[in-house]
Amino acid sequence: MSLLELSDVTKRFGGLQAVGHLSFRLEKGEILGLIGPNGAGKTTVFNVINGYYAPTGGEIRFKGERIDGKKPHEVCHLGLARTFQVVKPLARLSVLDNVMVSAFAKTSDRAAARTVALESIAFTGMDSWRDQPAGSLPLGMRKRLEMARALATKPELLLLDENFAGLNPSEVDATMGIVRKIHGSGVTILVIEHNMRVIMSISHRVLAINYGEKLAEGTPEQVANDPKVVEAYLGVAHA
Amino acid sequence: MSLMLEISHIDVFYGDVQVLWDVSFEVKKGEIVALIGANGSGKTTTLATISSLLRPRKGSVTYEGEPIHTREPHDMVSLGIAHVPEARRLFPEMSVKENLLVGALAPEAKKARPEMLEKVFTIFPRLKERENQAAGTLSGGEQQMAAMARGLMSKPRLLMLDEPSLGLSPLLVGEIFRVIQEVHEQGVTVLLVEQNVFKTLSIADRAYVLENGRVVLEGTGKDLLANDHVKKAYLGL
Repeated sequence: MSLLELSDVTKRFGGLQAVGHLSFRLEKGEILGLIGPNGAGKTTVFNVINGYYAPTGGEIRFKGERIDGKKPHEVCHLGLARTFQVVKPLARLSVLDNVMVSAFAKTSDRAAARTVALESIAFTGMDSWRDQPAGSLPLGMRKRLEMARALATKPELLLLDENFAGLNPSEVDATMGIVRKIHGSGVTILVIEHNMRVIMSISHRVLAINYGEKLAEGTPEQVANDPKVVEAYLGVAHA
Repeated sequence: MSLMLEISHIDVFYGDVQVLWDVSFEVKKGEIVALIGANGSGKTTTLATISSLLRPRKGSVTYEGEPIHTREPHDMVSLGIAHVPEARRLFPEMSVKENLLVGALAPEAKKARPEMLEKVFTIFPRLKERENQAAGTLSGGEQQMAAMARGLMSKPRLLMLDEPSLGLSPLLVGEIFRVIQEVHEQGVTVLLVEQNVFKTLSIADRAYVLENGRVVLEGTGKDLLANDHVKKAYLGL
């Protein structure tokens, strides 16, 4: 049984098809990269998986159970967490309080939530930012805070939406280290990312979409060399 | 080349927290100047200070010979300064076209609206396709294009770009850098903040490196690309 399985998933907004007949599987322990041009529907795929939108058609299964149509908090309770591309922390609360809010998804005990939050903050290397108001963080750190918040819900599957944006190459390396550490702790990962250095080095498999439909799927090298992917997305070969 | 923008010994605070320390640099007319640095080093704060969104507690900002750090943010556009902020800041409920028109409210720019609109649609054909769509429904990359186009609508002499390649596909990153060079060739001076350090230093005439709110290095783009510290700290080499 795959950890996550999308079968023929479609999402329409009025007459606009954002995701069309998309099917793919994610096995436990994998890191799957999701790439595609701007406007291809990548974030919409995340939004239907985590219940932000109900798909117009098709089925989504997580650990074998149908999750399409469930609410985001129900999906989160099943062990599926995500980060947001457009980060919206609780700006006036500290980093610690922001992460505690997420930890409350799994516990109502304040001390336990604090412990979990401190672990997540340490895990993502944000200790020195702990007491800062989240709104004062530079963008790259807000993206990292998104990861800490998602981790505090103790996910089995983590969806990362462009967590490497706004980082310089050295900071990208550090964040790749964090993602590898999260993966090493037993979390399966689906990652949207435009930085091909990241995609090529952390993904086991890559799925490329365009106009909401599958363009290519395979190893990073296969996908990066696929002429359709080069034309629609890369401009030049990256493998 | 004549001096266009001179930042002189500025200290900038958020409340009690000092984020810029004695920062000085200059931009000459016709240059592309880049600011690079880690997250939290003060790049965005520097642009916000030039735009008078923040006031320096010490030091001055001089533009075309005139001190502007005592002016108001809304004065900047008529002075010929356009600031394209990080994370786009479009008006999500307004159409793409309306967002662009908002970029041309100063009298001179208002007169040139039809011609500028045509010009930015030539640079960004995707925006023409979506001119009547609400800006909030654009993809991230399209929003970035709209933000840049809105900046250009004011016919700036100095264009300040805060991470224009953020969230763009590799193809569009190449496209954005091409557009920056195109705009520059048309006579616009550019102050560029970017995390794509390699591409940025490749097109910049000169660059300054900010660390913990201080300028620690400066040089031509080419020199900094070859600099060992830049290679290690910013290029991941």
